[in-house]
Amino acid sequence: MKTDIVLSGVGGQGILSIAATLGTAALENNLHLKQSEIHGMSQRGGDVQSSMRISDQDINSDLIPLGGADIILSVEPMEALRHLPYLKKTGWVVTNATPFENIPDYPAIEDIHAEIKKIANHIIIDADAIAAEIGSRRSSNIVMLGAASPFIEIPYEFLEDGIRKIFGRKGDDVVNKNLEALAAGRKYSEENR
Amino acid sequence: MEKLLLLGDEAIAQGAIDGGISGFYGYPGTPSTEILEYVQHNKEAIAKNMHREWSANEKTAMESALGMSYAGKRAMVTMKHVGLNVAADAFVNSAVTGANGGLLVLCADDPSMHSSQNEQDSRFYAKFAMIPVLEPTNQQEAYDMAYYGFELSEKFRIPVMIRITTRLAHSRAGVVRKAVKPENGIKLPEDPRQFVLLPAIARRNYAKLLSVQPDFEKESEASPFNTYTEGSDKKLGIITCGIAQNYLLENIVDKEFNHPVLKISQYPIPRKQVNKILEECDQVMVIEDGYPVVEEMLKGYQEKGTKIIGRLDGTLPRAGELDPAIVARAIGLEVNAGPDVPSIVKQRPPAMCVGCGHIDAYTALNEALAEYGTGRVFSDIGCYTLGALPPYNAINSCVDMGASITMAKGAADAGLIPAVAVIGDSTFSHSGITGLIDAVSENSPITIIISDNFTTGMTGGQDSKSLGRIDDIVKGVGVDPAHIRVLKPSKANMDEVVAIMKEELAYQGVSVIIPRRQCIQTMKNKALGEKIKALGLK
Repeated sequence: MKTDIVLSGVGGQGILSIAATLGTAALENNLHLKQSEIHGMSQRGGDVQSSMRISDQDINSDLIPLGGADIILSVEPMEALRHLPYLKKTGWVVTNATPFENIPDYPAIEDIHAEIKKIANHIIIDADAIAAEIGSRRSSNIVMLGAASPFIEIPYEFLEDGIRKIFGRKGDDVVNKNLEALAAGRKYSEENR
Repeated sequence: MEKLLLLGDEAIAQGAIDGGISGFYGYPGTPSTEILEYVQHNKEAIAKNMHREWSANEKTAMESALGMSYAGKRAMVTMKHVGLNVAADAFVNSAVTGANGGLLVLCADDPSMHSSQNEQDSRFYAKFAMIPVLEPTNQQEAYDMAYYGFELSEKFRIPVMIRITTRLAHSRAGVVRKAVKPENGIKLPEDPRQFVLLPAIARRNYAKLLSVQPDFEKESEASPFNTYTEGSDKKLGIITCGIAQNYLLENIVDKEFNHPVLKISQYPIPRKQVNKILEECDQVMVIEDGYPVVEEMLKGYQEKGTKIIGRLDGTLPRAGELDPAIVARAIGLEVNAGPDVPSIVKQRPPAMCVGCGHIDAYTALNEALAEYGTGRVFSDIGCYTLGALPPYNAINSCVDMGASITMAKGAADAGLIPAVAVIGDSTFSHSGITGLIDAVSENSPITIIISDNFTTGMTGGQDSKSLGRIDDIVKGVGVDPAHIRVLKPSKANMDEVVAIMKEELAYQGVSVIIPRRQCIQTMKNKALGEKIKALGLK
């Protein structure tokens, strides 16, 4: 099996936390993994991207080839579009619905959603609203991970293990909230795919 | 025209003076020292009030010369070979910014290490930076190259290296002067972003640098400093670099010698002439004073002559990182990319955080500078570099760590007054202090803004070595306490900050303004919070 995921968003939106959870899930279950990211300047509200490659075979390139990504997982809708050249024909775009408008010429959100809908396999999810509903706004990232989980070739239990490992030291409450967030995201995708 | 008896070093100094130079910068180092010393005693240089003081080190010297070049005037920086190691950050990046007024970098190497720790060859650095080199064979050529070097520099808007070795630097011969050229006036770069090496701009500049490399070669092929002497005996061809030519000629002057000889004194090496001698001759000997730079370039490792392909012939892109698609295309495989990025997707560059203290400092600075006009703010490397972008458009340079202060000084030396430097606290302790020493020692009319947010911000909030020390360091270097102004930048006291900045901009000496406010990204750092409290900084 292999899953290549492009994670995208805006500096500060926490895509690296998603990567950490996924990475832990993969590693703890003896899968091969390569995850690359750009630091530095990206922290200051610029667009950011991380490549996550998971496989049961050796992985060579840290970077996902053009047209090779199984999933674009984006916490910001315009950022989902920026990486389309990496998406494979049958790939999934899973994106948060809410825009992060920190530039003067940010396009109309309807236009962005329209472009996303041109991709056959897409999920647009209001992760912030779902996270608020379960009483854990910070878990919006994990909602996104849950929304992508049906398309990631890793058993769901591995992802739950990853959550437990990453958030374990913050106590049971936090772990459970994040497991709830994961499940809520997954449910949305299953119902809307 | 006047004939003088000059050391190689002195010939270079005189050539630059006659070539319309406005400032010399350097640090003493054998065998380069005599260049600046000659200028310091030269009547014409003194009469024209050319800048001719020693700098704190080769890096501050290089940056100050670059600041003078920014302002449109001609400058030279002199150093010995190991001094280039110190200047390297500024040197390599000056090739990426390019020059405005002509800029010459004089490196005096010391083969046999008569007074040095090693015999490193500065031509490597020039090749690394991808700029032309002029390597004189004799004192007249040394004069001519300093004189002509500014033209070459201004033609391509690039710094040019002049490389000499001890035996020319410290040897005297007759030199005929040329007509004295006038100095340039102040003229800021047409592109106000030329010297701001944010990645997006630097990539564009770098592409331009790569694109002019063939032009440098053509220039070398046509150069009168490179000569091809035909020879009937093609069993051997000889390439000489710089003064090696003298030793060859010394030996063959009254002997039977019929081999072709290519004398190289302008780099990049002239491709046409080099290929001619390689084709004509069975063997080619390379005679150069220093490392086997040219020899290694021509030799390669192979005996067979297998064609090598890669970045240089376009099989792989010359610039930029590798990725799977690039390698796929190189080996002839198809790349099936996904959909194109839709046109509605806009650039989202990094920006200073909402509430950042740097923003308040820039807002005040823009207002305080309004009456003086734009183009006079030299900045450095940190989050505050983002002040180059809209809506602030507040800075005009970012070249290397610490260059803000020294470029402001160089620009002020050229007459661009007031000149402002914006530097962060961590960058200041990294390499700003030596520049401050230069500024204080010459009482330069510059205003230095040390935007102190108690951290090394852009890289994630690491500890800054200058925490709690900046005021003492600035006082210790010798800035007049009356012109050290500490303030807390915020929207609430904007008027006060602007007033202070205006006062210091008008002051004709070194001012240091320290806007001090903790980086908002570090607010959760308990250990830092405690240190700040203990130091009484808040």
